[in-house]
Amino acid sequence: MSAADATARPELGPPPAITVPRVAERTLGNGLRVAAVRRGGVPMVEIRLRLPFAGTTRAHLARTTVLTETMLSGTADHDAESLAAAVQALGGALGAGADADRLVLSGSALAENLAPLLGLLAEVIDSASYPADEVDGERERLVEEIAIARTTPSTLAAEALAVRAFGTHPYAWHLPTPEEVRAVSSARLRTLHRERVSPAGALLVVVGDVAPARALDAVEKALGGWSAAGRKTVALPAPPAFAPGGISLVDRPGSVQTSLRIAAPGPRRDDPDFAAFSLANTVFAGYFSSRLVANIREDKGYTYSPHSGLDHAEHATLLVVGADVATEVTAPALVETTYEMAKIASLPVGTDELDAARRYLVGTLALATSSQAGLATTLARLIDNGLGAAYLREHPAALAKVTTETAYEAARRWLAPSAAATVLVGDAAVIGEPVAALGEITPLSL
Amino acid sequence: MPAVATPVIERTTLGNGLRVVVHEDHAAPVVGIAVYYDVGFRSEPEGRTGFAHLFEHLMFQGSANVGKMEHPRLVQGAGGTMNGSTHPDFTNYFQAVPTSALELTLWLEADRMRAPAVTEENLANQVAVVQNEIRVNVLNRPYGGFPWIELPPVAFDTFPNAHNGYGDFHELEAATVADANDFFTRFYAPGNAVLGISGDVDANSTLTLVHQHFDDIKRRRTPKRPSFAEPAVTSERRGEITDAHATAPAVAAGWRVPDPATQPEQHLATVVLAELLAEGDASRLQQRLVFRDRSAISIEAYLGSFGDPFEQRDPSLLTISAVHPPGTSPDRVLSAVQEELDRVATGGVGGEELARVIARLRAQLLKQRDQTIGRTLALTMFEQQHGRAERVWELDERVAAVTADQVRAAATSMTADSRSVVILKAGVR
Repeated sequence: MSAADATARPELGPPPAITVPRVAERTLGNGLRVAAVRRGGVPMVEIRLRLPFAGTTRAHLARTTVLTETMLSGTADHDAESLAAAVQALGGALGAGADADRLVLSGSALAENLAPLLGLLAEVIDSASYPADEVDGERERLVEEIAIARTTPSTLAAEALAVRAFGTHPYAWHLPTPEEVRAVSSARLRTLHRERVSPAGALLVVVGDVAPARALDAVEKALGGWSAAGRKTVALPAPPAFAPGGISLVDRPGSVQTSLRIAAPGPRRDDPDFAAFSLANTVFAGYFSSRLVANIREDKGYTYSPHSGLDHAEHATLLVVGADVATEVTAPALVETTYEMAKIASLPVGTDELDAARRYLVGTLALATSSQAGLATTLARLIDNGLGAAYLREHPAALAKVTTETAYEAARRWLAPSAAATVLVGDAAVIGEPVAALGEITPLSL
Repeated sequence: MPAVATPVIERTTLGNGLRVVVHEDHAAPVVGIAVYYDVGFRSEPEGRTGFAHLFEHLMFQGSANVGKMEHPRLVQGAGGTMNGSTHPDFTNYFQAVPTSALELTLWLEADRMRAPAVTEENLANQVAVVQNEIRVNVLNRPYGGFPWIELPPVAFDTFPNAHNGYGDFHELEAATVADANDFFTRFYAPGNAVLGISGDVDANSTLTLVHQHFDDIKRRRTPKRPSFAEPAVTSERRGEITDAHATAPAVAAGWRVPDPATQPEQHLATVVLAELLAEGDASRLQQRLVFRDRSAISIEAYLGSFGDPFEQRDPSLLTISAVHPPGTSPDRVLSAVQEELDRVATGGVGGEELARVIARLRAQLLKQRDQTIGRTLALTMFEQQHGRAERVWELDERVAAVTADQVRAAATSMTADSRSVVILKAGVR
């Protein structure tokens, strides 16, 4: 066989066609929206149930946190252990999680077990009992887990950033305090469940080796009787306007690294700027081949994994630029990070940079949705946000239209240092003075 | 559960010794490409802890026809992802790319298989990057190296098994370009590597591309696979550390597991045992310690340093690791674990329980296989470690064949005398 010339880099072939999964949808009489996609590959099925779950009090945050830990602790027909065993017997998993806007129940099972998995889900929805002894134990466990989380730099940085960006709005609350957790009773959890675990406004997505019509029928059979009666809706107030400027410093004595974060408002997925911003941000710090990685990692060795991306909440989108940098280079790392932001907000990116970022975003969207689990999570989020599966076709098309000029305009609007605020978690005694040369420091305690 | 057909896998060995496996999977227009070199941190020289991992970083610094950062730029700029990782017994490099980038990726892997371009400058740079990796993953957070760094020096006596694979800062700083060149010459021969490809490709034309790009890489001497064998532990060993960032104490215990190469059935029964002990809320240790006694905040059980039971050669451990409330003593945690092990060893495992544990394990294997990267890594690893990529699909049936008696026997060998224990004291409070 003839050898290839090692000095000649092979060209890329034509990109694979983008295929958008066919989604079968149905809205049940009780208001539950259901979407199903057939995706073979392995004989498994994935489910995602998303429910509006926002609250305006810290007590709600604490209750939601305990609720996600105890939702599977017992039902009318099962105690915690037998429920877990029943899920396991399906080759399954079932779990709950929440953010400031949504409660999400995620599960999977062997495809042949979709109906019994939905049956167990319906049982939890209908009759989760939050037994007092289970709730007591889980509360104490949560208190310990929260204490651990609050000594972890990444958690502290996320918490500090939320406080800096959202002030007293519920989006500022990251973790409940031990006292708030201990105040949650099982009666409160049952009330919360009754008021908020409702099919109205909820979305269930099923993806896997199951015919969509059969999946929709199975959902209707299991969850058609789920009642929306007694439902309470809660609307969050608008978050405060982002106040840019300044450096907030959380002191972590002895920290061998500083968690450096820069935040600014970002565009929502339905913003006309979104595709152009995504490309500019990718070039800036959105992937390994970005300018910021080249600068503060591959040139200067200040850090292991710099990154920039968007946190999408329902009423706010936040750009978060982050790097954990060695303590002694905190100030120069902040200078370089701000420089790269300023540069991309001031000068158009190159055509090659733009094209590489474009192929990356299109390619990784295809990769992220190539597995059942990845497709289920992505699709549930898209449909719930009102973008729908069409986004999987429309976003690549929008990316294709971005020019260096429109990317520059989006970067000027969304990546300008003047629009951003800085948060540092690190050893104030060491980094305070060098960083003070770069801007006014405000101590922040959590 | 429906039977899973074993797929057709094409394989060849090139004249230079490189082993190649190609698996067709047409579910999505993507392909995974992985290269496994048969050298991990167990093989790094004394005085150079962390070198295998540092060298992994150097493999991304460019080669004869590829500039610094160009490998990631070309892969990501083609719409793909890439990474590498260093394990006790191998170092892997992997990409998931649109099928349009198959040949480009093969070219990139071939170019660095000829030799990376290591310079004083990029070596110093990557030492600093690795030190920051260690800071973020180990030094600056609670439970950073626990227990994968902390347990081996208690459980093992010889340098290869006992030392810290992330490395000592001073030893990392002492690394030279000559060390890197020696390491490459010794361990990165094509005959010491396996190239695995899985995805939406035609196997025959892919093999043709592999020949075109890899055939001219010179054959070099392949190192002999060393034995890292150590005598069994016959009386309990203990160590203790203080974690300056931890608010709650923790304890980890490790037991030697059957050699996956010579005792595959016993080894697999131990995998099922770990699943039965701590995977999911219905498992024995979760139920007993986390939910009933409330003597643990979290508990896990797994084989191998990083949780893949099949990737590590003998000797390796089954590790049970728990974070527990400050009011509970580590010995209370250990006693409860030992009681539960005894309960399996003497009381056995019921048919219903074994069936659901196996159902869950098989489902987890299926989920791994559904992901391009997970499938590619698994089949390349099985080809290298076990000479059989097909094992990815055969595992399903093998796991299903594990019996209650085999699981009971696996638990029988996990006595208090044969364990190695590390106690982590919480530095905060």
